[in-house]
Amino acid sequence: MKRHIQPGPSGPGPVSRLRSWIGPLPLQQGLLFVGVLLLFAFLGQNTADSMHRMGLTPGFAFLSHQANFEIGESLFSYSAGDSYARALGAGIANTIKVAVVGCLLATVLGVALGIARLSGNLLLASLVHGYVELLRNTPLLLQLFLWSAIIHTLPPPRGAYTFLGSVYLSNRGVYLPSLSVEGLPAFIWLSVVALAVLATLVLSRRLFAGSALYLPKSAGAVLGALALCYLTLTSLGFAASVEIPAKGGFNIRGGLSLTPEFAALLIGLVVNASASISEIVRSGIQSVKSGQWEAARALGLKPAQILRLVVLPQALRVITPLMISSFLDLTKNSSLAVAIGYPDLVSVANTTANTTGQVLEAIIIIAAVYLSISLAVSAVMNLYNRRVVLRAEGKR
Amino acid sequence: MSQIELAPPVAPDWHRWREGLFNGWANGLVTLATLTAILWLALPFFRWAVVDAVWSGTSADCTTETAGACWAFVGAKFRFMLFAFFPPHLQWRPALVVALIAALLTVSALPRFWSFRLVPVWLLALLVIWLLMAGTAGMEPVSTNHWGGLPITLAVSIAGLAFAFPIALLLALARQSDMGILRSLAVVFIEVLRGVPMIAVLYVAMLIVPMALPSGAAIDKLLRAQIGVTLFFSAYLAEVIRAGLQVIPSGQKEAALSLGLSRIQMLRLVVLPQALTAVIPAIVNLSIGIVLNTSLLAVIGIYDLLNAAKTSATDPTWLGFYSEAYIFAALVYFAICFTGSRYSLWLERKLNGSNRY
Repeated sequence: MKRHIQPGPSGPGPVSRLRSWIGPLPLQQGLLFVGVLLLFAFLGQNTADSMHRMGLTPGFAFLSHQANFEIGESLFSYSAGDSYARALGAGIANTIKVAVVGCLLATVLGVALGIARLSGNLLLASLVHGYVELLRNTPLLLQLFLWSAIIHTLPPPRGAYTFLGSVYLSNRGVYLPSLSVEGLPAFIWLSVVALAVLATLVLSRRLFAGSALYLPKSAGAVLGALALCYLTLTSLGFAASVEIPAKGGFNIRGGLSLTPEFAALLIGLVVNASASISEIVRSGIQSVKSGQWEAARALGLKPAQILRLVVLPQALRVITPLMISSFLDLTKNSSLAVAIGYPDLVSVANTTANTTGQVLEAIIIIAAVYLSISLAVSAVMNLYNRRVVLRAEGKR
Repeated sequence: MSQIELAPPVAPDWHRWREGLFNGWANGLVTLATLTAILWLALPFFRWAVVDAVWSGTSADCTTETAGACWAFVGAKFRFMLFAFFPPHLQWRPALVVALIAALLTVSALPRFWSFRLVPVWLLALLVIWLLMAGTAGMEPVSTNHWGGLPITLAVSIAGLAFAFPIALLLALARQSDMGILRSLAVVFIEVLRGVPMIAVLYVAMLIVPMALPSGAAIDKLLRAQIGVTLFFSAYLAEVIRAGLQVIPSGQKEAALSLGLSRIQMLRLVVLPQALTAVIPAIVNLSIGIVLNTSLLAVIGIYDLLNAAKTSATDPTWLGFYSEAYIFAALVYFAICFTGSRYSLWLERKLNGSNRY
């Protein structure tokens, strides 16, 4: 990233700044740029012509038309009579749902596996090693197909596999106990809880700043916030209760049910991402030199303190960027949902393209959504990196 | 796509195992708990995959109440899973292609054969592969619609890597250059391709490219997919190469320039040899990613290894043995990619060893 800055009497005005940004060979670069523009104009003109020949009008007017297809599951109400825009919205919501839940579960599983891999126990460590190798050396799409096939060969609800009397596995989906608040739609209180957790995490970091992660106090703050949520809700007259699914007739009733497609996609993505996250956690912790452990021990810190005050803050600096890129991978990989029938953005856009013929527009929407997610994340990442770098240098 | 290199494995010996398993009551408990978990998970799988499995016979033997895995199915559909719809009497050709690719990879994997002479060898090999598959030059022609299975997976990966390499090199250099417009073009290309899922790129190749070409011009479906795969990976490879370029201290470039070398000579003689050597293990890891990601060709209806395996379970005489088909395909992928990742570790240690002074 060397910049040629030309000294001169005029000083670095906008023109000379532009000139130094362009650098050498401005004419050739301009020609290249025009060439790229012309290429795109040529391809775009051809596309418009082809669409015209097929009797299609380019543009996004079709979004307000009635979409005449059903979507297997959606976070908000959608029926075949609604517009394409609403259908695509349902698809985006489904993508975000699987990505958010997937990232959370993959982090929990991945961190647990990473720590297990570092444990002194050879059997456990080699087991996790085998798990990681197996998952990283087979295609994700194959893993998704396999999970989908496994879920579809599970017994029907009548003979569903049961764990601890509250989790049911059947070919109609997975049933889990759920928390429900009477009189309040689930997604509202779920988002309230999520907001509360997020707020406490941020607050606890502000309050107990100094160490990057002050686990016990953060955990206390989160629990406190949850209790506060619960108290507020109950005092407002809502009753929270745990609902446990139960077999009834030919089906399983109550609780939280995951469709087979969602369950297969979620399990596949989580298991796959947990392998890379466990490696990230392991490499992050191992990146802290053993001298740091020794020095901290020599200062008389207890192992838990060493981990919390010395090792984790340094390891997190290595772990966080890699973790974020794992989350991005998981989000992008959720596009494979189209192959196993979960109605995510790609799948809905695909159906839209098939029914309207507006292929170009559908792909532009897919690309725009994923691009804005990854650009937003990388912008946040850059901010984070700048802060971490500054801090590291400030403390040196 | 983000892969992290594993630490080099340490050879296990019995003393270490005893230490690692039972050196205290806590560790012993963990060992026992792990053993229980393994047995709880592995015993049912073992029963299904080995004890109750049907190793030979017809699909009727596999559909009885007690039957476990149906390996007879894999035996019957073996050739289909490997070569898909390639005409059966010509299947020696894709088999030869697989053998050729394996031989070529083995030779290229050994550092003592590394030289620029590999480039023409590879281009020639790609031509031979294409001739063998398409069957021009006196052989019975086979349309690309009938190509499939393992040769597709391997050939698309290898051609993708081979053609992505020069593009990625140019992109990485453009991204590092001090020419603003060129740099921005490279950044936009790389970020867009890395920001969208590969499925979107394949959809563009499948659906948009035919519309964007002038009427009358047509590109074969497989070739379009190949172009999509190539461009997609060139963006990832460009970032890998850029990482390599960044480790070269600027003093080296300045020294080379002050010796009177031109910028091209500086790149060719000083910068690139060091930068590329530094990222060879990362490139091998990326190649594994390419092999794994070519499985997405299944989504757009190309019969690669995964799609051939999936399709084999839709045969009316052997209906519904999906798990067995996927496990077989998984074993093939695992064999390829595990070898690759071990090789990458070996190479890393070897290269690091030779750099230590």
